[in-house]
Amino acid sequence: MVRKPERLGLLALGLVLVVALPLGNLLPPGSPLHVSNFTLNLFGKFLTYAILALGLDLLWGYAGVLSLGHGVFFGLGAYAMGMHLMLEIGSKSVYQSALPDFMVWNQVKELPLFWRPFNSASFTLVAIVVVPALFALVFGFLAFRSRVRGVYLSIITQALALSAWLVFNRNEMNLGGTNGLADFKTIFGVPLNRAATQRMLYVVTAVTLVVAWALCRWITQSRAGKVLVAVRDSETRVLFCGYSPANYKLFVFVVSAVLAGVAGALYAPQVGIITPAKMGVLPSIEMVVWVAAGGRGTLIGAVLGAIGVNWMQSWLTTSYPDLWLLFLGALFMSVVLFIPDGVVGALARVAQWLRRRRSATTLDASPLGQATLGASRAGGSDTR
Amino acid sequence: MRRLLLLLFVAWLAGPPASHAQSPESLKALADLVVDNADKREAAVTVIGGTRDPKWLNFLGALRDGNVYARGKGKDAEVVVGGAKSTRGDAEMIEIVTAYERKPLGAVPLAGLVEIAADRRLRIAIKPFLDADETRLQLASRDPEARRGAALKLAHQADIGAASVVEAAIARETVPNVRHALEEALALIRLASGDASARILAAQALGALHGSGAMPALQRLAADTAATPAEREAARGAIRQIERWGLLVRAVETVFQGASLASILLLMALGLAIVFGLMGVINMAHGELMALGAYSTFVVQNVFRARWPDRFDAYFVVALPVSFAVAALVGVVLERGVIRRLYGRPLETLLLTWGASLIIQQGLRLYFGAANVDVSSPTWLSGGFALMTGLTLPFNRLFIIVLASVSVAAMYWLLFRTNTGLRIRAVTQNRTMSSCLGVRAGWVDATTFALGAGLAGLAGCALTQIGNVGPSLGQNYIVDSFMVVVTGGVGKLLGTILAAAGIGTLNKGIEPALGAVFAKVAILIAVILFLQRRPAGLFATRGRGAEA
Repeated sequence: MVRKPERLGLLALGLVLVVALPLGNLLPPGSPLHVSNFTLNLFGKFLTYAILALGLDLLWGYAGVLSLGHGVFFGLGAYAMGMHLMLEIGSKSVYQSALPDFMVWNQVKELPLFWRPFNSASFTLVAIVVVPALFALVFGFLAFRSRVRGVYLSIITQALALSAWLVFNRNEMNLGGTNGLADFKTIFGVPLNRAATQRMLYVVTAVTLVVAWALCRWITQSRAGKVLVAVRDSETRVLFCGYSPANYKLFVFVVSAVLAGVAGALYAPQVGIITPAKMGVLPSIEMVVWVAAGGRGTLIGAVLGAIGVNWMQSWLTTSYPDLWLLFLGALFMSVVLFIPDGVVGALARVAQWLRRRRSATTLDASPLGQATLGASRAGGSDTR
Repeated sequence: MRRLLLLLFVAWLAGPPASHAQSPESLKALADLVVDNADKREAAVTVIGGTRDPKWLNFLGALRDGNVYARGKGKDAEVVVGGAKSTRGDAEMIEIVTAYERKPLGAVPLAGLVEIAADRRLRIAIKPFLDADETRLQLASRDPEARRGAALKLAHQADIGAASVVEAAIARETVPNVRHALEEALALIRLASGDASARILAAQALGALHGSGAMPALQRLAADTAATPAEREAARGAIRQIERWGLLVRAVETVFQGASLASILLLMALGLAIVFGLMGVINMAHGELMALGAYSTFVVQNVFRARWPDRFDAYFVVALPVSFAVAALVGVVLERGVIRRLYGRPLETLLLTWGASLIIQQGLRLYFGAANVDVSSPTWLSGGFALMTGLTLPFNRLFIIVLASVSVAAMYWLLFRTNTGLRIRAVTQNRTMSSCLGVRAGWVDATTFALGAGLAGLAGCALTQIGNVGPSLGQNYIVDSFMVVVTGGVGKLLGTILAAAGIGTLNKGIEPALGAVFAKVAILIAVILFLQRRPAGLFATRGRGAEA
């Protein structure tokens, strides 16, 4: 049960993101409520990150599995989409060849076999979901079956991010090497650079975010969600209770990989480029700090964290480019040290403290007084 | 005796033409230089150079440098070499000497001389003669590397005229690898110009010498249809011999490279592993502590260069403890300042140390600049140890192997022979119980973290000798060393050592087949599959707890 003021807040946030921003974009440029194409596009990017953050939060905040390699799944989705968009360019490219430009540079004579199915839009849409899911299934199966957990799993996923980055950088993979895929012209036949297309993409992203949020909420509210939290808090005990933590973790790992892949697929057409730099070690771990800063264990925290941190990044990297990494490092450290349950968790604690102050005269506030980390993690906006 | 005579005879045949000091040909050529005809002048240079007479070669050098003048006009012109210039009154004077014997002719007014300009074509004609002469001078050099270079050059030219010089050089050579290069050069010269039987002998000699530089010449001979079957067979035999040797060299080389990579990984992972074993903390800032060590080395080097340039080679000896100390200091600050607040929450600690690593990295970038800095090797670490033909082990790699071994030995001593080590092992095994028994766990944590960080600094210092030093130095190796720690298991030094050795040799073993990138991917897959069998690493600590 979401408490009433929080439910209103959520609704307001959803309305602003899904309805108000695109409507503002429709207003004439002179209007005070006008939202520029640039801003809308920027927020479109942030919302794709928010989708990814939801999945990561499900994995880390609920199941306690810290993945430092989610950039890989994001990249897989983005590349799947990017490959279709590259093929859609057709012979309108610089070299006027049916092949993507980078293949012409690399003197590839015909389309590699694994590129061909991406000519079909429906195959691409399926691949965006299935490729990250399969990859996560195999990797997760191997990792969780052998009970690789905690720090070990984090390190292994980080190595995965490094390997994927190395591999996607190679020209012989026929994925554009360091330059990645770019210069897209149309999406499903519609010109990409038109404001209406970008607005449509934004709306699709926002709706996807709402659907993803609903999905994650449904998972966390279900029995499976409770088992996930139990796995996070004491995996061994769950095992001894007759559940298989590995299967639950594998399930949530795959779900979060799919969310990351979908986010990537929405990212590619809006930003117009996807390079291996998006799936390396640093971007993967940055994703974790979005969730940490927003508040892990609360779905809304992940969304707010992704938008907030990236908003700050786009401001800092344009105004003070040297400071961004220092700031990011400080953010990592201060979030972990001072607000381990993120901004949302901190706010919830403040709210609890206020409520306790108010009711102290009439009630014994002992249940609320035990606002431990675990309680506010499972609690917050998702208090049942 | 007869053999000696024969040798002398051969030497006489192959030796330089007897001094035709001022033979009619060379004198005529000298006169031709004055003529205004490029073809004739070029021919003249060829004749003069062809004498290989040092005095004539000196003359050619002067000609190239524009110091040769003609005195007089037309057929009576005399060619002279100019020397020091001076002014007497208004006239500019120049000391001149004769072309060949350099007899002084006194100072004459410069205006009375015509410079014989060496144009491009003439200089090109002069160059080979002077080069050949220079190679010969290098053969007599005191620097073995210069002598070896000269031998390689002679082998490449394969000029029969040089055979006697090379023989003489072999006779007085004492450094083995230079001698080897000279013998190869001689055999190659003979292969190029001897008769059939000499070529067979030369081919056999080349086969026995194993030098891969002889391969092209041997292949040419083996494919040469004009050569006799015996010659071609000898060439093929030599090729087989060299190829077999090459396989051996490559095998030894792979082992060495594997050992070298393994010791780099070990140096890096050692500090990481003891901290992980003790506190369950993966220190993501370990790579940046290495970068700090590397930059400390850079600073020490600059101080030495500015203050004690004559003691420059000693800087590295100072840099080792300094980089250890700097990294250890930062490590202690990190541990006492923040990490200890998060004890028992390994994932949070991981994020925290990653944040610290970003700050250190960006700090280094802002202070030292984003570009790589230049750390030069001390002379005693440059060069290498020639183990066998075709394989030289670089001193810097050998040094790292030694440093890693010493570090491991010191670590063993510290952990198993001192009280500090006893406490560290106690806290690693059971923190609560140790605390109850009066071990100050916090103090042990700080010591161990300082030690681990110091080892990282040491690794960074060693890395300056083999790689680039830049702000992102740590990032390049860090994931590899994590893999070593994860594979090795928690808190076991032996596991770390074996994992480093295994990953290092495996990596170098498959690198030739797959390339560097896919070798790394293969290592990751191998580690994941390995963890299927042993989820807690090579040597898991056995305990009674369900989590262990």
